[in-house]
Amino acid sequence: MDIKVHVRESDDDAYVVELGGEIDVYTSPKVKDAITELIDQGHYNLVINLEKVRYIDSTGLGVLIGGLKRVREHGGTVNLVCTNPQIKKIFDITGLVKIFGIFDDEAGAKKALA
Amino acid sequence: MNAIETGAEHLGTVELRIPGKPEWVAVARLAVAAIANRLPFSVEEIEDLKLAIAEACTICIQQGAGIQTIDITCEASTSHLRVEVRDDRRRTRDAGANARRPSITGVEAEGLGIFLIQALMDNLEYSADPQLGTELVMTKRVDS
Repeated sequence: MDIKVHVRESDDDAYVVELGGEIDVYTSPKVKDAITELIDQGHYNLVINLEKVRYIDSTGLGVLIGGLKRVREHGGTVNLVCTNPQIKKIFDITGLVKIFGIFDDEAGAKKALA
Repeated sequence: MNAIETGAEHLGTVELRIPGKPEWVAVARLAVAAIANRLPFSVEEIEDLKLAIAEACTICIQQGAGIQTIDITCEASTSHLRVEVRDDRRRTRDAGANARRPSITGVEAEGLGIFLIQALMDNLEYSADPQLGTELVMTKRVDS
């Protein structure tokens, strides 16, 4: 079981959280910490890249929803990059496709933040 | 659903006990995937099962502060896979008693986990009681 979290600043003043592996009840606190740290530093426009995520459960979704709620309080947003059909299906089932901006690539997700 | 009632052939029962801690949920997920792989489920259906079982284990952990173990029982038949997930409070207090097992419509559903299980499986029975513990029984048909 593994989770990789890599945070980087992109050229256009957005921050990208690149995730890889499995996001579940065990690993989601690490994802939450990374997102919380960015928000606490005053970064409210985030791209969370899920391209390398193989699995996500409700605790992972909860972390993403929590992050979105916090940045929206400051006029920001969270866009997701997701191409895995199984993970897209989970966003569909839960109706989260209507809440998050979900994009096929990072460029599109960053562009939509502007 | 019952294998005898449906006329389906019972293929086998697998029992697994994991510690009631987050780091062990992945073991349950992978074990159930291996069991499901013995039945003619599609890759997508196996992914659905993995998520549903993990959600059930997560619910047991989140609702059962201090639980020691979670029992997962998988009954495979030619027509379906039935999976029971229960925490150790259920096992120790429920021996011989009639378990209260209302359908999901009869209890307050907690969060996305229950919602996902309902969406991904064909049937779910769920009960959660602070003293009796948590139990989820779910079924996925082979042809669903």
